[in-house]
Amino acid sequence: MIKIHHLTKIYTDGQRELRALDDVSLHIKPGEIFGIIGLSGAGKSTLVRCINMLERPQEGQVLVNGIDMTALNKGDLRKARQKIGMIFQHFNLLSSRTVFGNVAFPLEITGVPKAEIRERVYELLRLVGLEDKADSYPAQLSGGQKQRVGIARALANRPEVLLCDEATSALDPETTTAVLELLQDINRKMGLTILLITHEMPVIQQVCDRVAVIENGRIVECGPVLDVFTRPETEEARRLVRGVIDIEIPPDLLEQHANGDGPLLKISFIGDSAGKPIMGALMQRFPVMVNILFGRIDHVKDTPFGTLVVQLSGESEAIAKATEFLAGQDLHVEVLRDV
Amino acid sequence: MFNPMVWRLIWQATGETLYMVGVAVVLAEAVGLPLGIILVTTERGHILENPLVNRVLATIINIGRSIPFIILMVAIIPFTRMLVGTSIGTTAAMVPLTVAAIPFVARLVETALKEVDGGVVEAALALGASPFEIIWKVLIPEALPSLVSGVTITAVNLIGYSAMAGAVGGGGLGDLAVRYGYQRFRTDIMLATVIILIVLVQAMQSLGDWASKSLSKK
Repeated sequence: MIKIHHLTKIYTDGQRELRALDDVSLHIKPGEIFGIIGLSGAGKSTLVRCINMLERPQEGQVLVNGIDMTALNKGDLRKARQKIGMIFQHFNLLSSRTVFGNVAFPLEITGVPKAEIRERVYELLRLVGLEDKADSYPAQLSGGQKQRVGIARALANRPEVLLCDEATSALDPETTTAVLELLQDINRKMGLTILLITHEMPVIQQVCDRVAVIENGRIVECGPVLDVFTRPETEEARRLVRGVIDIEIPPDLLEQHANGDGPLLKISFIGDSAGKPIMGALMQRFPVMVNILFGRIDHVKDTPFGTLVVQLSGESEAIAKATEFLAGQDLHVEVLRDV
Repeated sequence: MFNPMVWRLIWQATGETLYMVGVAVVLAEAVGLPLGIILVTTERGHILENPLVNRVLATIINIGRSIPFIILMVAIIPFTRMLVGTSIGTTAAMVPLTVAAIPFVARLVETALKEVDGGVVEAALALGASPFEIIWKVLIPEALPSLVSGVTITAVNLIGYSAMAGAVGGGGLGDLAVRYGYQRFRTDIMLATVIILIVLVQAMQSLGDWASKSLSKK
């Protein structure tokens, strides 16, 4: 749906050159929720603005639904933009217009007849749950309600793609969850492709199918969210994941078991294996003791995954066999410390 | 206090002042508003970016604003004569008043439009709005309370200027104050004109503030 090829954007500030985007290539599939995560200044805002040409890249190509956005003239660009919805961190609603007027705005631009505008606006307000706020002004709404208006406005012209530029960063965690649920709902109902940029890992964790990690204008890691969460390959990804899923074992606990009589293992359960009684099976089959030091279960979108840190004790032969058994399961086992 | 004759003079002068200021405000807004819009939208990074137009216009406006009104009034007499056939009287006074107010209005409009959140303009661009639609449906409505405040400031300023125009035969309250209050030592008439001017300014300011406030939805 969105194909980005070798995108480069350079800002020049006097003598200094800043590579906001450095040879970025991405391919976003139709109907997926794709996340781009990075710290502020990593270039993610520039990237999303390059998709609808709010920022012009120096090099590279952006194809949205087959249309090369970089090659369009002004009139065609406006038409193409009408098919790309966008929502913003600070909502960017027209303060002089009511909720109704804000959602009607894009329809006025595309020249929809008045009677049809009315119908479509109420349909959209029902979708985002704000029918009763049609006559309110943005100043009278809460942050979450404002973003709902933003979403309704972005969807007015039935876009194929929705760009979300830090759309939940100004909202509290509860409202964030509600807005993300709405986005997910829209994604399912309409098959809308959503590109979401954020600096908050929980946002990616809750709704995204795939994620790209951006650092200093480069994509350093890209893949299904579950993979990036459970097996981050780069330091940047590890750092981002660590904030959400803290798998650090308290140091005093490690200290206590420093002279223990068995290896420390970190076991990651993903999907179905998270529900299986593997530890029980282990103890029944092998003459080993399992000492659970740490454990938790998280969700990535709809998939559960668990982390367990255990110490095995017993005869060394039995421990070796037990470890082998674990490795044979649908698990990810990491030896934190050998005997 | 005054005989009916003097009252008639005062009423007539008040009417002339309101007429002069009213017409000049309307004409100055008609020209200054588009200029202010051009000034903002041709700026770097804005919807109609054009550094050359921007710089030329800004320079002309600055020149216009540097000329003292009393000098401008005299300097453009040929232009006034060409336009209205005479350089004396209330109608003639409207020409320098309008000319003086145009750059002033343009700058006020510029300030008002710059207050509009850039994010809102960006959102309109992202929705595929044209520059004209952004000006008409975003910039002006969003800046309307500030624009109305600008009209108030312009009107109050022009009341002051119109008194100056009166000094050179433009009619209005200034003219009355000079001819009767000053030259004929009628302190009472002087006082009356000053009081009327105060009341006019107060009324305009209050009306403008009220209009601006009731338009603001923030």
